Amino acid sequence: MSRTTRYRRTAAWGLVLMLAACGQVNVPRNTGLYLLIDTSGTYNRQVSKAEQIILVALSKLQPSDSFAVARIDTASFTEKNIIAKATFDDRPSTANQQKRAFASRVEKFIDESAPAPFTDITGGLLQAIEFLKEKNPGHKEILIFSDMKEDLAKGYVRNIPLDLKGFDVVALNVTKLRSDNFDPREYMSRLDSWKTKVEKGGGHFRVINDIDRLDGLL
Amino acid sequence: MSMTSLLAITPWPAVSAVILLALLVVALYLARRTAHQAIRAVTDALGRGLRLASHAVARGEERLAARNREVLLSAGREAKERIVEREFVRVGDSVRKDLANYPTLHRALSESIVRIEEDQEKAVEVPPEAPGWVQAVKVIANLDAKNGGTEILEDIHKSMIRAHSEAMDDYRKASGERHALLRKMMPDWRQIQETLGRVNKNVESVLERALAIDRHMQEYDDIVKGEDRAVSILSSSSLVYFFVSALVLSVAAAGAAINFTLIARPMAEMVGGTSFIGNFRTADIAALVIIMVEISMGLFLMESLRITRLFPVISALSDKMRRRMMFVTFVILLLMASIEAGLAYMREVLLQDELATSALLRGDGVAGTVNEHLWITTAAQMGMGFILPFALVFVAIPLETFIHSLRTVLGLIGIGIMRAVSLILRVFGNGMRHIGTLAERLYDLPLFVPLWIETRVAANQNQPPLPEEPRSPAWQEQEAQS
Repeated sequence: MSRTTRYRRTAAWGLVLMLAACGQVNVPRNTGLYLLIDTSGTYNRQVSKAEQIILVALSKLQPSDSFAVARIDTASFTEKNIIAKATFDDRPSTANQQKRAFASRVEKFIDESAPAPFTDITGGLLQAIEFLKEKNPGHKEILIFSDMKEDLAKGYVRNIPLDLKGFDVVALNVTKLRSDNFDPREYMSRLDSWKTKVEKGGGHFRVINDIDRLDGLL
Repeated sequence: MSMTSLLAITPWPAVSAVILLALLVVALYLARRTAHQAIRAVTDALGRGLRLASHAVARGEERLAARNREVLLSAGREAKERIVEREFVRVGDSVRKDLANYPTLHRALSESIVRIEEDQEKAVEVPPEAPGWVQAVKVIANLDAKNGGTEILEDIHKSMIRAHSEAMDDYRKASGERHALLRKMMPDWRQIQETLGRVNKNVESVLERALAIDRHMQEYDDIVKGEDRAVSILSSSSLVYFFVSALVLSVAAAGAAINFTLIARPMAEMVGGTSFIGNFRTADIAALVIIMVEISMGLFLMESLRITRLFPVISALSDKMRRRMMFVTFVILLLMASIEAGLAYMREVLLQDELATSALLRGDGVAGTVNEHLWITTAAQMGMGFILPFALVFVAIPLETFIHSLRTVLGLIGIGIMRAVSLILRVFGNGMRHIGTLAERLYDLPLFVPLWIETRVAANQNQPPLPEEPRSPAWQEQEAQS
């Protein structure tokens, strides 16, 4: 092998390594989090617990992460349902300011939350998917603070396949309904149906009911 | 063919086994000579190969040792040259300083001596003697009393008393003046004594330096001659320098780590906290780069000051250029240190901000509590941020020693490894010969019956049994060598 060929080969390897390094730079490492809060009927009384989850999430999120909180009501597939959203700045100090502002907005919402007559969870999920796909974070997580009982108003079509590829869906504080107490199979089948729906869409589904232990979150 | 079918050659398996064994023994006996040759050929080849490899490694070790010796002597020579050069510079400075003072010294001495001489001359002057009345008194005493000799004598007596009194006064005055002059000489004498003492001290210092230079020159001469004693001293010194410099470098590395901790967090404010280069945060890399630049500036500063000599180009620069470089590197270091102090302050601010946010998110009221002694840690961090870059400048000295001694230490380790490998190969090479003999004996073990018969037949025929296979000449050569 001549010296020129050797140099060319070394240069080619260098270029490949540089490109590989650049490629790694472009891989997103941030997190996108979307929290859906069920405000329908009796579950609205649980909303104050959601604040705790939001604060935990805020403390865990890092600069460049995206976070949105939206409510689930009769028609959830709309931007109007988003209570607060932010993509935290790259600089830690600015990100802290944003977190404080976010927390105060959420607090205001908790104080003013009114119960909704219907529960459109799928609409909220679709909105969450759209939001997170737009932000394109490295890790996408949707938290659903709800009893997972969907109750659609007349005329709303939600029988739509969900594209949840690369998403983690976490159902939080899934309370048991009165009817669940009569027949627990109802509760299990409800959770199973959501699990199937999410996994069919390519996502990963899990349930966290003990909100005092949110270590597994994010 | 399976063992069962082999044992079925006769209706009785035991008989079949005996027949098979006998056939095997006969076959082995017939192939004995060839088998021994094959065993010897294999073990000879392996042994020869191993010994050859051992010789090659030993030669490599010798070459490495020679090279290491050269490196060691060269490094020692260079170090001695530097020491001698420095001693000469010191002697030169001392002589230049003394010679510069010499005219003043000489003038002071001359003036003191002139003054002493003058005073000496003045002190030598004696008062005039009393008039010579004795002859006149004798003549008058011989005169007759009638001629008024008595009166004259009385007058003379009176005049003499008066003259004596005057002479005494003059003498006392002159003596006083002489004593005063002698007293005036005292400071001059002291000054001369002090000046000569200073000269003596300087001369003694130069003599001491000359003795040190003599000693260094003797050692230098030993190194140039390549004497074993010099090599041994240099080798042990090199090991000591290696461990000491490694220790100091590890301390410096700890300092650099603290420095890194101080500036990594605030760097995230400058370059962003979430961008990555490869698997590393850009902020961390930026902080590391700042520290590396500081260390580099420290190296250049030390090179410009000619304390270290890692870069011959810098040492070869003109004094003017070196002074400029010194100034530039120092200014850059100062700026870096100031930036670091600022970043350290920023770190504390960010930390407080983060704590306040965390407290707010946790919902406790700690956010409002401000530690009144917080300024101490802030000031300490700023101080460390400012001082550490300057402290890291001195890393250049152990680094230079480490690099120089590392070469020798690596050489010594290499020599040790090669020596061990050579020994192991040699042992295995020799072992192969014995393994060959052992294999032959093991081959002969099942053939004890035909061999016994052969010996008996040979004895009956008065013929010696078959001689042992002679060893190959190569083995004999190697044995002679070993």
